[in-house]
Amino acid sequence: MTNLLTLTRMRVRLALRNKMFFFFSIVMPLGFFFLYAGVFAKGDPLVVAYLLGPVLALNVMGSFWGLSATLVTFREQGILRRFHVTPATATDMLVSSILANYSLTLPTVLVELTLARFLFHVPSLGDLLSVFLLVSIGTVSFGSLGLVIASVTNTMQETQVLNQLLWLPLIFLSGATIPFTSLSKTVQHIALFLPATYLVHGLKNAIVNSLGPEKILLSLGSLSIWFVLTLFLSSQLFRWEPEAKIGRRAKLYVAATAIPFILLGVWEARYGRVIAEEKMTMQRVDDSEKSDTHEKPRDRQQSKDPSKLDDSKPHQ
Amino acid sequence: MPNPVLRVENLTKRYGDVQAVRGISFEVAEGEVFGLLGPNGAGKTSTVEILEGLRNADSGTVSVCGYDPQRNPDELKREIGAALQSTALPDKLRVMEALRLFASFYKRRRNLEDLLKRFGLEEKRNAFYSQLSGGQKQRLALAIALVNDPKVVFLDEPTAGLDPQVRREIYDVIEELRRDKKTILLTTHYIEEAERLCDRVAIVDHGKVIVQGTPRELKQTSADKTRIEVRLAREESETTLQSLDGVSDCRSLNGLYVLHCLRPPQAIVSLVKYLEAQNNELVGLEIATPSLEDVFIELTGRRLRD
Repeated sequence: MTNLLTLTRMRVRLALRNKMFFFFSIVMPLGFFFLYAGVFAKGDPLVVAYLLGPVLALNVMGSFWGLSATLVTFREQGILRRFHVTPATATDMLVSSILANYSLTLPTVLVELTLARFLFHVPSLGDLLSVFLLVSIGTVSFGSLGLVIASVTNTMQETQVLNQLLWLPLIFLSGATIPFTSLSKTVQHIALFLPATYLVHGLKNAIVNSLGPEKILLSLGSLSIWFVLTLFLSSQLFRWEPEAKIGRRAKLYVAATAIPFILLGVWEARYGRVIAEEKMTMQRVDDSEKSDTHEKPRDRQQSKDPSKLDDSKPHQ
Repeated sequence: MPNPVLRVENLTKRYGDVQAVRGISFEVAEGEVFGLLGPNGAGKTSTVEILEGLRNADSGTVSVCGYDPQRNPDELKREIGAALQSTALPDKLRVMEALRLFASFYKRRRNLEDLLKRFGLEEKRNAFYSQLSGGQKQRLALAIALVNDPKVVFLDEPTAGLDPQVRREIYDVIEELRRDKKTILLTTHYIEEAERLCDRVAIVDHGKVIVQGTPRELKQTSADKTRIEVRLAREESETTLQSLDGVSDCRSLNGLYVLHCLRPPQAIVSLVKYLEAQNNELVGLEIATPSLEDVFIELTGRRLRD
């Protein structure tokens, strides 16, 4: 336990001294936040609330980039092998990086929520316990995915290629960038096989529909199972030595991380409600916004943001 | 040897087609500085890494402080300290933070301030790892190897790649450890290092121990022979040079002729006369007292750094 805590502290310290960390973990998530809230939502509180889920999801999902890159760098530079001759275990190394990433992601999420509430005047942040649970399980599970990626790739170049290959579908098909309801039916069905879809969907339900944890069990449960599976795989595939290359067959293990969502995707496509719920949530935001526009024109004109005078909304 | 701290018997290790270790055996007593001397690729690092629990042996018996590294890696790692070859620390980790971090892994800990002072790193306590010179990084590596006051210290090529002055600094540090009666296993391809620091040395080549003993014992085998290294304008055959008066052995190593001579003055005179007769020229000549290098040349026909 002491090993875990001291390693976590070291990882946090190193991250805070790293300019890349500042850019990717603070500047970029907040940049996304202002892009979504200020430009896409044009400061409209209801639209900001709708887009807050995708913004938080982007922040949470980004965990896998940082964790995979750091672990590969540590292995390539021979840093891991120095720890290998100490009583620190592979689990200590893996879990400490997940904990450090979690403790560094949470404050940014908190800043985003605070800005949404007080700068963009989002009337309600929904069920905060649900948001907290989803952000937590999302951060640790996507972090674990990063550790699996680091374990199945042999060089930083390979890691970055795999990161890109995973990142693009995760952000474009899950509703994190393009609204889920704007995707074609075929793409929506493909999206049902992605963990990111359940994270974004869960966060929207928690924020827009104020659903408590018991109502978002699909998202919480699937991401939790995925976390356990990815963490287990990363511990099995962990390598201390830079020259210990992984075979092509072992690279297929990364495919094993998709198993829970393949099963869930099949089930969702047949019996599920994610697609229907996404439509309902969008409709709800749409209706609220229309009624809000009619009922509170004075409030909206009091806003300092000139864009709020504009009733048009990009997500329709 | 009664109750050795390190015991290695018939150790073997293969990497694909390469047989790196072919039945190495040796023992190290408590408080002894034992050196594995050999050229790069001789199997020294593989042997040490098996003892440290970093790699598994293919066959053979290994015991470190009574533990089998393969079966009891956790117990073993609490008892040993190691300065590895080709390792690093994160660039943005400060010197004192690194010592504290590694010390936190152990129940038994040395006073870190003392370690800083002893390794001359007091002024660098707040410096990032990336700001340290090669010698300072190596001193930090040695300090980290001692944070748990280990029973055995493994030093794998502790001065490789360092300039001579820094190398001598590291020698001083290791000599201090020797005075403290620490059990040390050191690998090196520097003759001077093995002769100066080790109580006993095993010369390793092609994954085998070819001879072992104290540096003095080993040098005794060549003690009566002086080494004369000559460079010639044109090639000559080894057998011809070996037959010259006063020369007992001759080997050609990359254009350099190494003559072992029982009577050096006679050997030089006969060599010069012979070269004159052959219309050949002496380009360079160097006379050296016997060293472990001579033992290695005699046993393998090669120089250590070939």
